[in-house]
Amino acid sequence: MFKKALSSPHIHQPPYSTQGMMFRVILALLPAAAAYAWLFGWGVIINILLAVGVALVCEAAMLTLRSRPLLPTITDGSAILTALLLVFALPPLAPWWLTTIGVAFAIIVAKHLYGGLGFNPFNPAMIGYVVLLVSFPRELTLWSLPAQLAEHTLDFRATLNYIFSGTLPTNLTIDALTSATPLDVMKTQLGLGQTTSGIMAAQPVFGFMGGKGWVWINLLLLAGGLWMIYRRIINWHIPVSLLGSLLAISSLFFLLDPEHSPSPLFHLFSGAAILGAFFIATDPVTAATSNTGRLWYGAGIGILIYVIRSWGGFPDGVAFAVLLMNMAAPTIDHYTKPRVFGHGDKDA
Amino acid sequence: MLSAALALTLLALVFGLLLGYSSIRFKVEGDPVVDQIDDLLPQTQCGQCGYPGCRPYAEAIASGEADINRCPPGGEQVIQSLADLLGREPKPLDPERGEEKPPMVAFIDESDCIGCTLCIKACPVDAILGAPKQMHTVIAEECTGCELCVEPCPVDVISMVPVEEDITHWKWPLPKTENGDSP
Amino acid sequence: MEVAVTQNGKRRFAMKLWSFHGGVELPGHKQESTIRPVEPAPLPKRLILPLSQHLGAPAEPVVAVGDKVLKGQIIARPGGFVSAPLHASSSGTVVAIDEHAVPHPSGLSAPCITIETDGRDLWVEREQQTDYRQLEPADIRETIRQAGIVGLGGAGFPAFIKLNPGKTIKTLILNGAECEPYITCDDMLMREQADEILRGLLIIRRAVQAQHCLIAIEDNKPEAAHSLQKALQRIESDADNIEIVMIPARYPAGGEKQLIKVVTGQEVPSGGLPVQIGVVCHNVATAAAVYRAVEHGEPLLSRIVTITGGAVAEPRNLEALIGTPVMELLSACRTNFNVLQEVIMGGPMMGIALANHKVPLIKTGNCLLTVSHGEMEQHPAVQPCIRCGNCADACPVSLLPQQMYWHARAKDFDKIQEYDLFDCIECGCCAYVCPSNIPLVHYYRFAKSEIRSQQEQKRKADIARERHERREQRLAREKAERATRHARKKPGTTDENKRAAIQAAVERAKAGKQGAPSDDV
Repeated sequence: MFKKALSSPHIHQPPYSTQGMMFRVILALLPAAAAYAWLFGWGVIINILLAVGVALVCEAAMLTLRSRPLLPTITDGSAILTALLLVFALPPLAPWWLTTIGVAFAIIVAKHLYGGLGFNPFNPAMIGYVVLLVSFPRELTLWSLPAQLAEHTLDFRATLNYIFSGTLPTNLTIDALTSATPLDVMKTQLGLGQTTSGIMAAQPVFGFMGGKGWVWINLLLLAGGLWMIYRRIINWHIPVSLLGSLLAISSLFFLLDPEHSPSPLFHLFSGAAILGAFFIATDPVTAATSNTGRLWYGAGIGILIYVIRSWGGFPDGVAFAVLLMNMAAPTIDHYTKPRVFGHGDKDA
Repeated sequence: MLSAALALTLLALVFGLLLGYSSIRFKVEGDPVVDQIDDLLPQTQCGQCGYPGCRPYAEAIASGEADINRCPPGGEQVIQSLADLLGREPKPLDPERGEEKPPMVAFIDESDCIGCTLCIKACPVDAILGAPKQMHTVIAEECTGCELCVEPCPVDVISMVPVEEDITHWKWPLPKTENGDSP
Repeated sequence: MEVAVTQNGKRRFAMKLWSFHGGVELPGHKQESTIRPVEPAPLPKRLILPLSQHLGAPAEPVVAVGDKVLKGQIIARPGGFVSAPLHASSSGTVVAIDEHAVPHPSGLSAPCITIETDGRDLWVEREQQTDYRQLEPADIRETIRQAGIVGLGGAGFPAFIKLNPGKTIKTLILNGAECEPYITCDDMLMREQADEILRGLLIIRRAVQAQHCLIAIEDNKPEAAHSLQKALQRIESDADNIEIVMIPARYPAGGEKQLIKVVTGQEVPSGGLPVQIGVVCHNVATAAAVYRAVEHGEPLLSRIVTITGGAVAEPRNLEALIGTPVMELLSACRTNFNVLQEVIMGGPMMGIALANHKVPLIKTGNCLLTVSHGEMEQHPAVQPCIRCGNCADACPVSLLPQQMYWHARAKDFDKIQEYDLFDCIECGCCAYVCPSNIPLVHYYRFAKSEIRSQQEQKRKADIARERHERREQRLAREKAERATRHARKKPGTTDENKRAAIQAAVERAKAGKQGAPSDDV
C-alpha cells in the first residue's frame, strides 16, 4: 500500500490500475464477442486472434524502436483492446491483410507515432477502421450473413482458407455468403424511394427492432457497458448523453416522418451506436475530461451519428462521429473548466 | 454603373473609417520590444554575448543583428523564452560564447588582497566594496556571477564559487516519467 | 445535510453542513494508537532545536555555545514580523549552534541550537499570569507571540498573526477534524485535555472578539466529541455560542479551507485568508498551547505526537519535548529497527519521508509513521496518463490535475498557472486515485518551486539591472565632469598630454577626498 517515493502522498489506492481498467473493458466486451462469433461464424474468432497478434507484434516493435520499456506497456492491455474493438468493426470474413493493415495502422500510426498510450489525440481503433473504410470500401461492405439467414455456412477450415488465401469451396461464391449490413440496406432502399416499414418487412436482414442477430450483440454490449458503469470503470456521462441525443434526434425525425425515418430503436440496435457509446467514445485518452465536457462530447457524437447516417455518404457514422469529436475534445475541455475553489464565478 | 461605383466608394469609406477608429481604439500599448527582451535577460552584465551588457545585447537582438543563443548565464531557459517572445525557433547555446554553468558568486580571499580597486572598476553592478589599499569584499547578494572581476585582479585572489544549495533555495526535482527518464 | 449539534452540552438543533468537491475516503488506521493513554516521553540527552520551525523568517539565536539555559528560557528571538521565538525545552547547556539535519523533504541541514540536558528540567522563572478576562486582546496576542506558538496542525503559521484580525470575526473554528490516516494526536488531546482546549478557545475568542465558536470534529472520533461535550457542561456560563459539530469523515475535511466550507458554506477566496470572510480557524492543539501560555506562562515546549505504523510494537501518543531526536521517540514505543524501512513525519498523505533519521521533533511534527519492510512497494511502475479524470473527480479544489501534470511535465510554467497551480493544497488526493501511479503532487511541487525560483531570479535580475544602470549613469557623469575639467585647462592638446592630464585629474580627485578643493573648478 505504501510506495517508495520522494514526495507525499505515500499511500496509493486507485479503484483500478490502468491495466485493471483495460482488462475489465475487455472482459465486458467478451460476451458480445462470443455472440458475434456464434452468429457470424468462425471468421470472428480468427479475426480476433489475428488482430490481437498483429497488435502485440506492432506494439512490441514500436516500443523497441522508440527504446521504451517493453514489459509494462505491452501488458497494459491497451493494444489488445484496440485490436478487439477494430474486429467489431470489420466484416467476419475480412481477409487477413485487411485486418493486418487496419490494426498495424491503428497501433503504429494512430498510437505510437503520436507518442504512445495517453498521447494519441484520436481513437486508434477508429483511425484504423476509417483508413480501411476509405481505402477498401468494397471489402468492408461484404458482411457475412448471420446464422439465422445463411443458407451456407463455412466450417473452421474453410473460413481459415478464405481469410488467408481468398479461396472458397468450389460450390460457393462470396455473394452467397454475404450481404450488406442492415444500415446499408436501409440507406440504399430509402434512397430508392422505399418507406421504412416497407423495407423492414421486405428485406430479410431485418428483425423486430433492427438487423437480425445484431440486436443480440447490441444487447450484450449494452449489458457489458452497464456493468462497466456499475463497477465505475467508465463514467455514465458519455454513454447517456450519446445515446440520449441519438434517441432524441431520431425520435424527432421519426415522429415528423415515420415513413422515411427509421425508428429510434433501429438507430440504437442496428449499427455500432451501443459499441460506440460504451466502448469507443468512453476511451478516456481521446474524450473530454470534465463531467460537463463529457456530456457535450457524448451529445455531439450522438447527433453526428444521426447526421452521417441520414445525410452522409456512409451507412454508419460512429467512427467519423467519434473522430470528429476527438478533435473537439480539447476545445470542449477548455470551455468546461470547472470553477476552482475560492474563485468567483466570473473568472472560472 | 453609377450606383455600383457609388456603393463601392461608400463601402470603402465606411470600412476605412471603421479600421481607422479601431486602430485608435484598440491600440496595443505594449513595451517596445527591446524592453521586453531586456526583461528576459538575466542581467549578469557579463558581456559573454559580445556586447557590453544585457541592454546592448537586447538592442542587437531587436535589430536582428544578433542571434538569441548568445547568453550563457541565461542558458536554455532564456533562449526558450526569447524564442517564444519573438516567435522564432529555439536553438542550442552558441558554444563560442561559453557554456551554461550553475549559479556562481565571486569570492575574494581577503588575506591576500592588496586593495588595488581594479575589481571594483570591473564590477558592472557595484557589488564589490572597498577603498584603495584596503581589502575588498563581495556583496554576495548583489553579485551576478559575471566573472568580470576575476581577470583584472593582479594577485589572483578572486575565485568563483558555486552558490551553495540551502533549504530555502532547494528546488523539487522533476519526477521520473513512465519511461524512467526525465522529459 | 443536517446534523445534530450540541450547545451548552445539550442537543439543541440541527445545523446545516455543506460539502466540498471531491476528496477521498481513506482507511483510518487510528485505533492502533488510541488504545494507550498519552504519556510523557523520556527526557532526551540532547535537544536539537531548528531555528526555523514555522512559516516566515528563521529565529535569531540569543544564546552562545557554552551558555547554561533553563527550561522555558528564550534562546532565539523572532527574525521578523512573521516569525516565532524559540525556547529551551529543558534545562542544560548549549553545546552547538550549527547546521544539523532537520525534517525537510530535501534532506538538507539547517541552523539548529543543540542543548545538552542536565536531567533536572529546571524552569526559568515564569510570569504569574492573571485571569485572561482581565487581559486586553492585544496583550493576549503578545503573550502568544512571546510563547512561540505556531499552528500545530501542520503548516506552522505563527499563531499570533491569526489572532490579529483587524476585522469583525463572525465565526471562530477550532479544527479537531484530523482527517489524515494514522494520526491521533488531536484525538487523544481532545479526549484527555478537553478542559485545556476549551479554556484556550475562550482565550482566543476574547483575542479575536468572535461572536460564534465552532469545534469541528470528524464523526469517526465520538470519544473526543463526548469528552469535549462534558467539558463544555463544566464551563457553563462561558459556554454560550460554543458548538461542537460532527462533520463527515472525508479526507481532506481537516484542510482549513475545506473545513470552513463544510461548516459555514463559505469559500475562502483564492490566495486569501479566512479572516477576509470573517472566519478564524485554529487547531485544537494550538488552543491548548494558548491556554498554557496565557494561564500558566508556559511557552510552547512540547507537543503530543503519534508514534505508529508497521514497525512500532506499541503504537501510542507521547507528550514529547520539541527538539527530541525522533529515534528516541521511536525507541520509547519499542520500534523494531530491523524491519524499519522508512519514517514519515506527518501523515501518509502529506507527510515528509525523513531522509535522515537524526532529525529532531519539531513544533509541527504531529506524527511519526513508520513503514516496515514489505509494506512499501519498491518500484511502483509509473504508467502513462490515460486522462481518466479520476484525479479531477478527487480534487477538493476542483482543479484539473491532469492538465497541470501535462504542463508541469512540459515545463510550461505560464500555462500551468492558468490552471491555478497555486490553489493546489498538495493534499495528495489526485495521486492517491491515479490508476497510472503518477506522482502528480510531486509534479506540482516541482512546478511551484521552479516558478518561485524564477520569480526570485527575476527579482535579482531587476536589482542587477538597476545597479548596472546607476553605475553607467555615474560613469557617464564622471566622464563628463573630467572632460569639462580637461577642456577648460588645456584646449586642443595631444593624446599624450590628455592621458597625463587625466591621470593628474584622478590624482587630484583622490586628493580631493581629503578636503582640498581643486583649483580648476
